[in-house]
Amino acid sequence: MKAAIIGSTTLAVAAGLGFYTWTVSQNANGVPCGDTSVASAAIGGPFELVSETGEMVTDIDVITKPTLVYFGYTFCPDVCPLDSARNAAAAYILEDQGHDIGTVFVTIDPARDTPQIVGDFADNFHDEMIGLTGTAEQVDAASKAYRTYYRKQEGDPEYYLVDHSTQTYLMFPETGFATFFKRDHTAEQIAETTACFIDQLS
Amino acid sequence: MKLNTLFTAAVLSLTASVALAESEIHVMDTTVFETAPTAMAGGGFMQIMNHGDTDDKLIDVRADYPRVEIHTTEFEDGVAKMIHIEGIPVPAGGMATLEPGGFHVMFMGLQGTPFVLDEIIPATLVFEHAGEVEVMFKVVARGEHGNMNHGEMNH
Repeated sequence: MKAAIIGSTTLAVAAGLGFYTWTVSQNANGVPCGDTSVASAAIGGPFELVSETGEMVTDIDVITKPTLVYFGYTFCPDVCPLDSARNAAAAYILEDQGHDIGTVFVTIDPARDTPQIVGDFADNFHDEMIGLTGTAEQVDAASKAYRTYYRKQEGDPEYYLVDHSTQTYLMFPETGFATFFKRDHTAEQIAETTACFIDQLS
Repeated sequence: MKLNTLFTAAVLSLTASVALAESEIHVMDTTVFETAPTAMAGGGFMQIMNHGDTDDKLIDVRADYPRVEIHTTEFEDGVAKMIHIEGIPVPAGGMATLEPGGFHVMFMGLQGTPFVLDEIIPATLVFEHAGEVEVMFKVVARGEHGNMNHGEMNH
């Protein structure tokens, strides 16, 4: 059973990655932006989710500037805070350099993550970090649009865990997806690559 | 004389069992990160050193929360999976590290009692051989510890 689950995970992730065309993006001066391989296929796009104040918002409302988007859940005490803190640290570095950057945390556990809980969680890392939740359908649609994977583990109805992908996506308001970061990228690397794309695309 | 032999045997056997159970456990850097006011769960981290000559294992953590478990995080193709594990080995003369992205204690059911900066969370670590060890987890800001374990210091 465990092997089957791992197998399906690999398959799902592989299927997601299958949409990617691997190229290396360059900035206006022909210099590659960081060492991240960049997908040119459609990642992201329209979504409808619920803000921390309980209002319905769309991608247009949320991604108003270069934005780092991460999918996780607040019951996760280890990886999600670690990655969110890193994304916040990248935002602080970029802000110090004079860049206007947004950060977004989308829960893939809307059953437990109410607007207030996901909002509090996001604010814990950066005052401006936007926490988003929604109905199960809305969250699923957003996750699919970003080609992220999540799977609720079986077990306790209250204290269950959720497997989930840990990429962070750099999105721009007009042009959409720019690149993604893996979890072993540092805040400094994310800031450097993001600044490169801002120079290229803004 | 016979009594004496029995007594000696008993003492020897007692000494042996003490030596077998000897597992000098030292615990350092017991920290949890501060959480949002409405947080439902939080992670605990520490370093456990075994100065004894017997392998030991952290098999349970008890604290005043509805559920406390020992977890590890595994990554596969960018997907993070948290896994409930039965214990963390602490080899004789060696150590075990619970740090972000790997082994951690998961405190669940925090609702209404978030981890507040500088507070102390009392807990009991239970080892297979060393038995119970009382510890205090200190609530720290994430930047103090989390970044350090995320590779930012490596370049």
